[in-house]
Amino acid sequence: MKFAVIVFPGSNCDLDMYHAVKDELGVEAEYVWHDETSLEGFDGVLLPGGFSYGDYLRTGAIARFSPIMDAVIKAAKEGKPVLGVCNGFQILLEAGLLPGAMRRNQNLKFICRPVQLVVENGETIFTKEYEQGKEITIPVAHGEGNYYCDDATLESLKANNQIVFSYKDDVNGSVNNIAGIINEAGNVLGMMPHPERAVDSLLGSDDGLTLFKSILSHWRERNAITS
Amino acid sequence: MQLLHEPSPQMIKDEKVYAEMGLTDAEFEMVENILGRLPNYTEIGLFSVMWSEHCSYKNSKVILKKFPTTGEKVLQGPGEGAGIIDIGDEQAVVFKIESHNHPSAIEPYQGAATGVGGIIRDIFSMGARPVALMNSLRFGELTNSRVKYLFEEVVAGIAGYGNCIGIPTVGGEIQFDPCYEGNPLVNAMCVGLIDHKDIQKGQAKGVGNSVIYVGASTGRDGIHGATFASEELSEASEAKRPAVQVGDPFMEKLLLEACLEAIKNDALVGIQDMGAAGLTSSSAEMASKAGSGIEMDLDKVPQREKGMTAYEMMLSESQERMLLVVEKGREQEMIEIFERWGLEAVVVGRVTDDKKLRLLHKGEVVADVPVDSLAEDAPVYHKPSAEPAYFRQFQNEEAFQPEVTNVSETLQQLLAQPTIASKEWVYDQYDYMVRTNTVVAPGSDAAVLRIRGTEKALAMTTDCNSRYIYLDPEVGGQIAIAEAARNLVCSGAKPLGVTDCLNYGNPEKPEIFWQLEKSADGLSEACRVLDTPVIGGNVSLYNETNGVAVYPTPVIGMVGLVEHVDHITKQQFQNEGDFIYVIGEAGNDFGGSELQKLQKGHISGKAPAIDLNVEKERQEKVLTAIQAGTVASAHDLAEGGFLVALAECTFGTGFGAKVTLRGEDVVKESFAETPSRYILTVTKEQKDQFEAIIPEAVCVGEVTKDANVIVNDKAGNVVLNTEVNQLEDTWRGAISCLLK
Repeated sequence: MKFAVIVFPGSNCDLDMYHAVKDELGVEAEYVWHDETSLEGFDGVLLPGGFSYGDYLRTGAIARFSPIMDAVIKAAKEGKPVLGVCNGFQILLEAGLLPGAMRRNQNLKFICRPVQLVVENGETIFTKEYEQGKEITIPVAHGEGNYYCDDATLESLKANNQIVFSYKDDVNGSVNNIAGIINEAGNVLGMMPHPERAVDSLLGSDDGLTLFKSILSHWRERNAITS
Repeated sequence: MQLLHEPSPQMIKDEKVYAEMGLTDAEFEMVENILGRLPNYTEIGLFSVMWSEHCSYKNSKVILKKFPTTGEKVLQGPGEGAGIIDIGDEQAVVFKIESHNHPSAIEPYQGAATGVGGIIRDIFSMGARPVALMNSLRFGELTNSRVKYLFEEVVAGIAGYGNCIGIPTVGGEIQFDPCYEGNPLVNAMCVGLIDHKDIQKGQAKGVGNSVIYVGASTGRDGIHGATFASEELSEASEAKRPAVQVGDPFMEKLLLEACLEAIKNDALVGIQDMGAAGLTSSSAEMASKAGSGIEMDLDKVPQREKGMTAYEMMLSESQERMLLVVEKGREQEMIEIFERWGLEAVVVGRVTDDKKLRLLHKGEVVADVPVDSLAEDAPVYHKPSAEPAYFRQFQNEEAFQPEVTNVSETLQQLLAQPTIASKEWVYDQYDYMVRTNTVVAPGSDAAVLRIRGTEKALAMTTDCNSRYIYLDPEVGGQIAIAEAARNLVCSGAKPLGVTDCLNYGNPEKPEIFWQLEKSADGLSEACRVLDTPVIGGNVSLYNETNGVAVYPTPVIGMVGLVEHVDHITKQQFQNEGDFIYVIGEAGNDFGGSELQKLQKGHISGKAPAIDLNVEKERQEKVLTAIQAGTVASAHDLAEGGFLVALAECTFGTGFGAKVTLRGEDVVKESFAETPSRYILTVTKEQKDQFEAIIPEAVCVGEVTKDANVIVNDKAGNVVLNTEVNQLEDTWRGAISCLLK
């Protein structure tokens, strides 16, 4: 399996994402520059955190116009796993691949700390190696992670089981304590917490590694069937 | 061509225009003699900024000479962007601390943010990848609304810059005291990693080589920032707000990545940050160090505004700019690297052999000045020094005896002091984990980062208890170095070296200069004994508001090497049933203590005495014990004394402690701030091995499963029995409570 780690000007978790899959998961990964136009040959797409284009406008609002985004949308439509973390999640929202929007954290400050998440849906390709309902420790680090959507969207997210992670306790004011959501097709996940920062117990937690393992095991099963 | 609104050379002399730029009559005369003619407006601007204290250290040079700056592992001492120390395996650590006090006093968010931006550039201009940020902050009391505003905005500014550029802010320290009310201290430190082969120098070598300007365009912001930094603050300082620059961390992220790519290309000859005094200092210093000259055509400098004069361009401190010297004929290779990152890179000049800085603007020579006269020949002053009256008085004062009727109440009060209380409110806003190397996060004695691809780690800390230095600069200086080193040792690291940021009042006052001199003696002595050379730093003088100076505050940034990640040790208790040991006896040390401030409202008396040889011996033993794997947790005793330290060891662990005080005097045992002391915990299995290494360590109790802190006196009477929760809530909530 081979992952693309998309690098926008201002991405700063690209390195962490790369090391998480390359060193800890042990699969291939390559950085892909924002002005590339193709993701041919990649089996999964990772949109890392950071401050793309400085996030001086709305977070992710400029990055979504990067040349690579057409290829990201194409990969998503083809059913390849697409994971957006933090700024990556914000970009997925701006690109319309996921519903809803981000507001500034309720306390109007950047928040960086390990938080407790609940695995609300353990059946997705990103979470199938987690136990349903399991509590895991994954860090957050964001200024705009206060997820918002209208009531109708929330109802449909619930009805379709699209809420994948929620904060055990309120962190930033998000609707329904939402920490991560998936698209209806089940192959595009956006989440504010950083699983790539939780892949080595030396740094406090390796609960995030299971997420990457889930993607890999799904890919292996699928490949075993098709080949 | 003389621009209309600029005074003529004769007017500059007759109307003493130079005095507004901070030059004295004698200094102006020196300039006249160097040039053999009257300087024009641009030229006198160059001299005034290069001869400011901020750039020339003219008042502090005699002090800086005292510091030991060499050692077998020192690859680069003071004089370049940052110092470098060898850590083996062809790798080295690069670090430096710098102040941004005056800008932060006027415009706290941008002042602090650009302080961070500047120190990061110092690190990557050496060719190093910045891996961590630290800071050291001083404010007035949080009861004042202006102080609250400064505190909140400074923290937000540090967070805003560091988080965006993606370098983790892993630790620091904050103290609150009325002397900092009008003049907060904002010191930022950056630590980088480098392979020996990539070490760069800021030198303009090779006649005919090209001078390339990269990064943000030049605007009218920050003009005379370095001069502004070299005078006292007053009500009129508010008008200097335009001297504060505005930071763009996104631009700097691009600049950082592009520069680290550029240093891999051997066409690069030299590189230097345009920090204080911008284009002037970078060009003059690079040429001076290489024994060459530089000629620049200012028409080519990317400009943010129309109609900028040579004077404005040369004195602008616009952020996120670098100056490169590149091999002639290979300019395009460099330009392409920067273009890939969306950055401007423009050839603005060339290296010459006449040792002059020559500036052209609109076809005319607007300045022609010897580079050495700017970079090297600033006058050096040895200011008069006089022992202040307060010092003698404090030395003769009878030792302060605190009155404690209820140990539990006093402990609660101490834990609620903002200097002691948890700084979670602060570091919760810093991304301290990005780049995923942070093993020990903020909230322990030192921050620890693993070095990817090795088994090693770096520990780092900033420290300075300025109260002791105020009471006794020499002893206080020794304590500052000793405490920084002790913090690293507690984390499992061997201290490697020091970067210092000397924050003082106006050195033209003999009492202030005396503080500077004496504390430098103390710092130097401790650095020699503990084998931690000073490899660089920064001097910030004139930290006064309306004539009142801050405490002398030489902030110590220290970095240590952890040989193996297995040695990394935290201050928090690890296992139920572990034995609690104390190293070092409590003395009657309450001068300058947190308890004295709490009870008297101010500090006085003698600073605690410290024996540097004892300090060194204990540090060596503790490190040996940690490396032998016999220590479960380690914490040094600092502000607030034994009980504060003991409580801190329990916070966040779910454990408690049951201990018996060693001496008869409960107050002394509980709260004295005697230096060179530790709390260590040891598992039952390791007890014998540990005691063999540190026989003088005294077992005072054990870690308990019940989350209570129980303290008995020597006779067995309970002097404290409190739930950890109760203590922890006070400690954790104190700062946010004060901000409400």
